[in-house]
Amino acid sequence: MYWNQKTECMPEGKLKKLQYKSLKRLVNDLYSFSAFYHDKMKAAGVRPSDIRSLSDISKLPFMNKSDLRDNYPTKMFTAPGKDVVRYHVSSGTTGKPTLVGYTKNDIEFWTESLARALTSVGIGSDDVMQVSYGYGLFTGGLGLHYGAERVGATVLPTSTGSTERQLELMMDLDVTAIACTPSYLVYMGGVAKKMGIDFQRDTRLRKAVLGAEPWSENMRQHIENELGIQAYDIYGTSEISGPMFTECTEKKGIHIWSDVCLVETIDPDTEESLGPGQEGELVITVLKKEAMPMIRYRIKDLTTIIEDKCACGRTSPRIKRITGRTDDMLIIRGINVFPSQVEHTLLQIPQINGGQYMITVDRIDSLDYMTVQVEMRPEAFSDKIDDMLKLKKHISSELKRYLNIAVEVELAAPDSLPRFEGKAKRVKDRRKL
Amino acid sequence: MTEKYMIKQLSIFINNEPGRLAQIAAALKECNINMKAFNIAESSGFGVLRAIVDDPGRAYRELSKKGIIVKETNVIAIPMTDRPGGLLEVAKVIGDANINIEYGYAYSDKNKASFFFRVDDASAAVSKLLAVGMRVLTETEI
Repeated sequence: MYWNQKTECMPEGKLKKLQYKSLKRLVNDLYSFSAFYHDKMKAAGVRPSDIRSLSDISKLPFMNKSDLRDNYPTKMFTAPGKDVVRYHVSSGTTGKPTLVGYTKNDIEFWTESLARALTSVGIGSDDVMQVSYGYGLFTGGLGLHYGAERVGATVLPTSTGSTERQLELMMDLDVTAIACTPSYLVYMGGVAKKMGIDFQRDTRLRKAVLGAEPWSENMRQHIENELGIQAYDIYGTSEISGPMFTECTEKKGIHIWSDVCLVETIDPDTEESLGPGQEGELVITVLKKEAMPMIRYRIKDLTTIIEDKCACGRTSPRIKRITGRTDDMLIIRGINVFPSQVEHTLLQIPQINGGQYMITVDRIDSLDYMTVQVEMRPEAFSDKIDDMLKLKKHISSELKRYLNIAVEVELAAPDSLPRFEGKAKRVKDRRKL
Repeated sequence: MTEKYMIKQLSIFINNEPGRLAQIAAALKECNINMKAFNIAESSGFGVLRAIVDDPGRAYRELSKKGIIVKETNVIAIPMTDRPGGLLEVAKVIGDANINIEYGYAYSDKNKASFFFRVDDASAAVSKLLAVGMRVLTETEI
């Protein structure tokens, strides 16, 4: 089953021609109409006329998360405010968030992309799809909601939380498919067991589209065996729109629709382009974005591009499961956390020495827990345990406010945390993914 | 004039990990500090060692110099009789005087027992206890 067979199965040569045409137009437009891109291209010494083939994309400068931060909130937008129909916000590397904007057409190609993806895993108008991604500033909830509606599925927009209620609704409404983080589905499985619910016997759930955090083939096996369902990997980030691409039922890589995005991999250190089959940092150019175009965006995920034709018949390139990151971003319960954000927050709390801290991440019963150890200043010490607990709570709520996740805080004595000569290693990620 | 009844207690912050108490104990030894009584309060993720020591002023200065988080707090010490009911006698007086104890601990040897406790306003509490005829210990008596 295809959603858009003509595009999904377009011969490779034709697809590449289409990509070249889109790229050429994009570069021309941006060079003429966007101060940001004009300056960026000028600084890199490249003019639109230098783009004579698809491979000339390597002449274009990269974009990074810092571009979004430096141009917060809307300085990078290339569509007038009246054409922007939606914002989404995710966490940036420091105190400032990352804002992304969408025109009507941007929402359209995002939804189309997900409609193709959901169809490729067999989700359609006969399905009831529970969307247990967060609705709101995060792209997961609304993105999947629009995609599932587009293919005609009945959407149950549960968002996150209230797990018992989610399970009851799942049974009452004969939910057949779910979209959430893999760890949340495992957690749901645990709660179901405690409630005496047998997923295979008591629910009609058969398919799960899982992502927004790194997971492994082992976890897929575990989920599929334990819950008796098919689990598919989904990929995307807010910078390129949101979750956009999934595996097909072959489960051999995530299909990246060529008319929507152009993918490359580079050596993260030398920034040289790598060929298909070589693992490197993923670089994405979104060919259709209007509100906030992304050219050669360094997404910082490590993967390998597969160009061989998939057995499903789709001709788009695929990317392998993400194996890691080239920066220090942590993904905790589906939320992006940078150590620099933690530091930024801690430095504003006078009772502690904010420059010295340690972050530990654990996974307990398939949920992520983050602990931050901080060094207290001698003046902040109180003989009353109550005062100390209040300080702990204050630090934890400040972190929660900035990071949007619950953080366990541990107070430590001055000079008791590790000191580093050279590059500090302040993160201990003890999760076995 | 309740000043002489103020017993200087040292409170020391301890990280919650194996070996930290030994580290503090080593510092006490190096500074030649003798403890007359102490207790350890533990909370989620950290501990507080509270101690009555000889020459608390010197102990405070030397421990601080070593980078240890230490704080001086006034506590009250009252003698107890070392037999069943000993605590009841003093606790009843404290309760009747409407004094709220934040925390407390005791010390006893062959001859005597003492109860150390912290209240919100130590000076007011001492006045109340003296007024009802309770004996309160001074620094030199402990």
